[in-house]
Amino acid sequence: MDFQLPDELQDIRDNASRLASAYDDDYWLERDEKKEFPWAFYNDFAEAGWMGIVVPEAYGGAGLGIVEAATLLREVAGSAGAMNAASALHLTIFGMGPVIHHGSEEMKQRYLPATARGELHVSFGVTEDDAGTDTSRIRTQAVRSDKGWVVNGKKIWNTKAQQAQKVLLLARTTPREECKRKLDGLTLFLADIDRAHCEIREINKLGRNAINSNELFINDLPVSDDDVVGEVGRGFYQLLDGLNPERILISAEACGIGFRAVEVATAYAKERTVFDRPIGQNQAIAHPLADSYSELLASDLLWQKAAWAYDRGDNAGPLANMAKLRCGEASFRACDRALQTFGGFGYAREYHVERYWREARLMRIAPISQEMVLNYVSEHVLDLPRSY
Amino acid sequence: MKVMVCLKQVPHQDARLDVNADGTWIQDGNIKFEINSYDTYALEEALKIKDAGEADVVVVSIGPDRVTQALRTALGMGADRAIHVKDDDADLSDTLGCAKILAAIAKEENPDIVFTGFMSDDGNFSAVAPMLAELLDLPSATGVLSVEVGDSLKCERELEGGALEVVELPKPCLAAIQTGANQVRYASLKGIMQAKKKPVDVKTMADLGVSDAGAGAVKAKIEKVYVPPKGDSAEILSGSTDEIVGQLVTKIKELGVL
Repeated sequence: MDFQLPDELQDIRDNASRLASAYDDDYWLERDEKKEFPWAFYNDFAEAGWMGIVVPEAYGGAGLGIVEAATLLREVAGSAGAMNAASALHLTIFGMGPVIHHGSEEMKQRYLPATARGELHVSFGVTEDDAGTDTSRIRTQAVRSDKGWVVNGKKIWNTKAQQAQKVLLLARTTPREECKRKLDGLTLFLADIDRAHCEIREINKLGRNAINSNELFINDLPVSDDDVVGEVGRGFYQLLDGLNPERILISAEACGIGFRAVEVATAYAKERTVFDRPIGQNQAIAHPLADSYSELLASDLLWQKAAWAYDRGDNAGPLANMAKLRCGEASFRACDRALQTFGGFGYAREYHVERYWREARLMRIAPISQEMVLNYVSEHVLDLPRSY
Repeated sequence: MKVMVCLKQVPHQDARLDVNADGTWIQDGNIKFEINSYDTYALEEALKIKDAGEADVVVVSIGPDRVTQALRTALGMGADRAIHVKDDDADLSDTLGCAKILAAIAKEENPDIVFTGFMSDDGNFSAVAPMLAELLDLPSATGVLSVEVGDSLKCERELEGGALEVVELPKPCLAAIQTGANQVRYASLKGIMQAKKKPVDVKTMADLGVSDAGAGAVKAKIEKVYVPPKGDSAEILSGSTDEIVGQLVTKIKELGVL
């Protein structure tokens, strides 16, 4: 067993963190407060070719795997930009997975080069407020028309929909009752976000405010047959190719934010002197940081194993889910302890740890709640009876 | 045109530096390293020449295994090939020893221009560049802020008091680049991928025919490295920015210096 980081991953780490570190805490605080998409940051990464990290070389990308993409996003999330920075890149990187794996040759030719250049912004349109985690219950419908399909429905938590030209949209094309399996009959579309048929409403939220999250109201949206991803009726299964990588990427990002929080808090604990000694000399300050650091180090190994399994073509579900569980917990705990280290100042925006804390909280809910991960592990890893 | 760029790998600017047990250098076993900041500007000057036309950019560094990381970064940024002098004895050279090793490479490579950084972030000697120029009998300029390449190399140099000076060096020549001379590029993902296929030649002092460098040839020996003890006259204020400012104003009033 060799834990030495391969040269290529070391290069990705070094270069990604160098590029990300050009944007400091003040830049990100301003983007977050003004709810402005970080274009300068995004364009730097796009220009340097990072958006094409998993796009196959034939379509202008680097053709690398989830190990490399997660390594990139861990460094980005470990910069001052934390989740705002990672999310700016994240969706373009993992969201096109179903197109890479299941799209027609023509679809790949048309969209993947622009994805690799960072010019195509795609939002993810799966979640609906009435369906929750049970995707089979989504109500958005696509009905056959003479020119292709017409979609009606409502999606929620559409990240970056304000900037996106396209939405990877899951819609029911055969009623649930008529399907042999309840997850059959769903179709994935790479649909245009045509403003004449789509209303986008931004959701006010706790954190990660530089990246918008939205409700998407779809009204008679025409979609052509060319924009069907893969096979009609098999959309959910094709989507799965994007879900495990997403959990792995989120895990890596969570670790990045956690390490950042510990680093910032440790520096503060060394420098902040109260009663003639640095506060970091007090065990009540030092031990939580030491504990979080070790917990992050262990979590960091888990997402790497999950990414390695996915890239090998193994069933990465159990590891991807467990990595997201552990990294999400370790990250939030680290940010919470960092905030505590700063005392009252931690609550002030100008010290930035509260921003990391707000963002890390998301990792315990998205892309799947910790509770649903525990259900998954109980049922699929421990083989316990299903609780719901 | 061939451009040779000398790179040194130095402790990362964020690395925690502790003096080693025998007090002769820092503990460098477990810290992060990076390319000397001055050398990144030197590399950027070379890459700008390459962007503008035909140029073969060769990066050269002396040091242990970890130096390959610095060389790969340079290749990722756009250098064409690298030479790594990997030789335990070479690592123990003083500035003159390093200059002799680099001179041996330059004699093999025959570059039209040699770029170095003005100084290193760790040693601060500013010695290798002029020594190297002298050993190669090349015209040179230090503290260079910008270059213009033609039949000769026009260098704008920084002088004391904010004055600038322009010197023209016939090629071949050497220029030691000042920090802030340009906007150093980032390696693109494509660059990083291509770097894997670019050649890195590994050489020893023996390969280069250098026998008068290394530990045995050291003329300037480091006697002692230490962190100066805190003086009695210095008082370090602590607290938030507002608290520190308040304390400072009180002190100034107490001392009656204004």
